[in-house]
Amino acid sequence: MINIRPLIITLAVALCVGSVTAEAKDTVKIGFIGPLTGGNSAIGIGGRNSAQLAVDLKNKESKTKYHYELVVLDDECKPSTGVQVATKMASDNSIVAGVTHFCSSVAMATLNTYHRFDFPIIVWGAVLPDITYKQNYAQVHRVNGTMITQNQVAARFMTDLKYTRFVIVHDTTDYGKGHEEYFTQDIKSLGGTILGSFGVPVDQQDFTTELTKIKELKPQVIFFGGLTPLGVRIRNQMEKMGIHAQFEGTSGIKSDAFIEGVGKDVAEGSLSFLEGAPAEKLSGGKFFLEQYKAEKFNEPPEAYGPFAFTATNLIIDAVEKMGPNRNRVNQELNKTNNVNTIIGKVTFDDHRQNIVPLVSAYVVQDGQWVLWEDSQYATKKRKLK
Amino acid sequence: MDSLLQYLMNGLMLGIIYAMVAVGFTLFFGTLNVIQFSHGDVLTLGSFAGLSALSIIPNQSSWLSILAVLVFSLVISAIIGMFIAQFLILPMREAPSINVLLATLMFGTVIRESIRLFYPDGANPKRFPSLLPSTRIAIGSFTLPFDNLIILAFGFFIIFLLSLIINKTKLGLAIRAIAQDSETARLMGIPFNKYVLLTFIIGSVLAAFAGVMDAFYYNEISFNMGLLLGVIGFTSAIIGGLGNIYGAILGGFLFAFLEVIGGSLLPSLVPSIPSAYKDVFAFTMVIILMTIKPTGLLAEKLSERV
Repeated sequence: MINIRPLIITLAVALCVGSVTAEAKDTVKIGFIGPLTGGNSAIGIGGRNSAQLAVDLKNKESKTKYHYELVVLDDECKPSTGVQVATKMASDNSIVAGVTHFCSSVAMATLNTYHRFDFPIIVWGAVLPDITYKQNYAQVHRVNGTMITQNQVAARFMTDLKYTRFVIVHDTTDYGKGHEEYFTQDIKSLGGTILGSFGVPVDQQDFTTELTKIKELKPQVIFFGGLTPLGVRIRNQMEKMGIHAQFEGTSGIKSDAFIEGVGKDVAEGSLSFLEGAPAEKLSGGKFFLEQYKAEKFNEPPEAYGPFAFTATNLIIDAVEKMGPNRNRVNQELNKTNNVNTIIGKVTFDDHRQNIVPLVSAYVVQDGQWVLWEDSQYATKKRKLK
Repeated sequence: MDSLLQYLMNGLMLGIIYAMVAVGFTLFFGTLNVIQFSHGDVLTLGSFAGLSALSIIPNQSSWLSILAVLVFSLVISAIIGMFIAQFLILPMREAPSINVLLATLMFGTVIRESIRLFYPDGANPKRFPSLLPSTRIAIGSFTLPFDNLIILAFGFFIIFLLSLIINKTKLGLAIRAIAQDSETARLMGIPFNKYVLLTFIIGSVLAAFAGVMDAFYYNEISFNMGLLLGVIGFTSAIIGGLGNIYGAILGGFLFAFLEVIGGSLLPSLVPSIPSAYKDVFAFTMVIILMTIKPTGLLAEKLSERV
């Protein structure tokens, strides 16, 4: 007699396994690169968390074709490290596309690598125009705006407030030099005067010599083109030297770390400009902030979190449509036109640069970055310097 | 004239901080022939320890807070100094000096990265509260904050105290004996290991003082502040004459004034040279000085070190 019990068990097990494998989704890897260590890590970690949030939210949806996984690498905001991690990511064929770089100097250094490996990327934070406009690589996209529009708005904003005498302090990276170039150009075209321009290395600690010179020049505004750690040092030392000029920064200082580093009182009235409307003002932005809070990340999303979230979602959507194939995903990303996202409509121009029509001004009020229009400075209850 | 005074003051403030770091380097080299490259990071650790003290004892009077900052900072730095001597320097006593240099360089990275990783939000610059009187004296465009004067006077006092310890006490005598000839000193009954530990405690405490002075001066500290300060301190010690305390002080002030000249005078004289080149200028001058006088400005008097 044939014992059919083992046969039934084997058949049952096979059926179960079969049904599980039929439902299991293939895993698709998406890369994220940003400064996770070093002086700019606060913004980098905010961006990473936001990209992770996009992946987690998508994985919770039952209708998706794939299971997504975020591969995170740290560029330390250093071009040399950036090239290493970009090569590592681009040469890993299991990663379909990347959400890469906050620091412009790093983004610039890595473009050739992505091009060489045919690896599609979306820049989530770097603002140097050259990233999308110089090399014109088909693999390079950017969701956030550039410093061209940022500086046009920043210069117009200050001249509208009747400031005319400016001094520029900028770091000597591509990022700082770019801000210096565009801001000077815009201020001059609006009739303002640049009294002096000071390039400083990012690791410089003492600025008393430059500030003594600046004090002699008696500017109304000190425009700072650089990132948070340097901004904190300069703002602090301005105070110590008794310089009472208005402090105007770029998107590079729009972080909670700036206010913490400088202190609530000294930071009061500092200005910053950022592309797009604030997340909380957009319907999708509210959703983003709620979900971010619900995920209980230890760090805030910071200024560029919404851009990292958007970039990750664009890649996921392209994969859903075209499958996990780099070339096809890239072609799909290149066609991005009028897509609804949490940062508003995203449309890539012929250089795959998102057309961001809006730049928002922010001012520090009572220890927080507040949208200019909502601040007491706009209603003239408080006065800038 | 006001600006000249301001530049002078800036140079003096920088100089006293550089001198404090340089004296530490020279003390280690003078006694044991070692270059302790984690010295800059010990300085950072000292300033972070001081900041931690403030979060532990909030709402106290200014002077009590300053005392807490100093005590915390000194104790932690002394412990780390002892650790370096016990586990890095003494076991490598017979090894080539390049090994000690490398080991301490790597240990500096460990300290720096540990602060970044384990201090809450350590990657970002931290505000250091201004606890010293913040009254300012303004003469035209020259501003002299009262706290700068306190920091300057305090720095000179510490160096004076160190000079007294080295030249007038039994401890100083023992350290000088080891510096001259450690073998003979040992034969004369001087406990070598004990005095090496004490030398490292003194040197690390000096780094902590420099860290706290830096924190009070700039009202801001960051995990990587010791990196450049270490390099500058070491350079100052070299141009002053490694192994000579007064040389280190001279080197510190010289380097500070070279930076001030590079950042202020040069751009005025040659407009094509921006202030960003001040470090390039200062370090180039150091190279020239070293070529002219390889032993440093105040060279060791034969074998009489420290």
